[in-house]
Amino acid sequence: MGLQALFFYLFAFVAIASAFMVIWARNPVHSVLFLILTFFNAAGLFLLTGAEFLAMILLVVYVGAVAVLFLFVVMMLDIDFTKLRSTALEYAPVGALIGLILAAELIVVIGGSVISPEIGKSIANPIPDLATRTNTAALGDQLYTTYVYFFQIAGLVLLVAMIGAIVLTLRHRTNIKRQDIATQVARTPETAVEVVKVKPGQGL
Amino acid sequence: MTGLLSSYVPIAIFIGISLVIGLALLIAPFAVAYKAPDSEKLSAYECGFNAFDDARMKFDIRFYLVSILFIIFDLEVAFLFPWAVSFSAIGWFGFWSMMVFLGVLTIGFIYEWKKGALEWE
Repeated sequence: MGLQALFFYLFAFVAIASAFMVIWARNPVHSVLFLILTFFNAAGLFLLTGAEFLAMILLVVYVGAVAVLFLFVVMMLDIDFTKLRSTALEYAPVGALIGLILAAELIVVIGGSVISPEIGKSIANPIPDLATRTNTAALGDQLYTTYVYFFQIAGLVLLVAMIGAIVLTLRHRTNIKRQDIATQVARTPETAVEVVKVKPGQGL
Repeated sequence: MTGLLSSYVPIAIFIGISLVIGLALLIAPFAVAYKAPDSEKLSAYECGFNAFDDARMKFDIRFYLVSILFIIFDLEVAFLFPWAVSFSAIGWFGFWSMMVFLGVLTIGFIYEWKKGALEWE
């Protein structure tokens, strides 16, 4: 148990420190790399609570895809970051408001369990013992049957995201020349060669 | 709980060793390497002439579209893992719920195929 506590404090401390560095780093590429470090530590914290599947999905989806997309956008977009940074303080009230809301939610959750400790027993689908059912299987047991509507809504959200990305960004270029192998192969002397009678001294 | 966590001990050891090696390789040059700093060594080198402009430039939005589409299908596959693991427990209802989910995303896939979003002109 002591080792578990040690790892908890290690992951929690590094997660908070690197989250702080995300907004503190001068170079935006460093910010994204610190964000990836934060995700790794959050995955470690998930693992410590036994949420194995969430930890791995955090690594696969957030580190593998979302953070790389951020890195890609930060490195390649034509943005003046010094100008962006000088206006960053204007967003401080909004950020503080979001932080306040998150803190209030945490206080409600923690306060609820402090005031009435038996509230933990009234969970609709408690996590089964990890020795009998793995975390991934326990999630699968509930997600596709009990919470089928939420699951289908997740599918629809993905569909909307897909169509939205295509509608917003897809532009077909006109006047480009593409190689069409089928037409090249289908070319015969009859379709390709034309015999023209040229009068002497006139040209075509 | 401890059984689950003890299965991750090798990964913790691996991270520790890689941290030590990485830090050693980062710190050792400060101690042992010969240093002759020069501003020309740190400046951008672009085939012998002065750099034209910043490395950040406008790029084609289609790169972004490809990565967004990748993330969407990545998430779709992520939903398949718990389904496959608890397949025997959720029965036919679970099976068809996943089939509807995949069907919805297949509609999106057909849409993007027909739109030519997967083509690179």
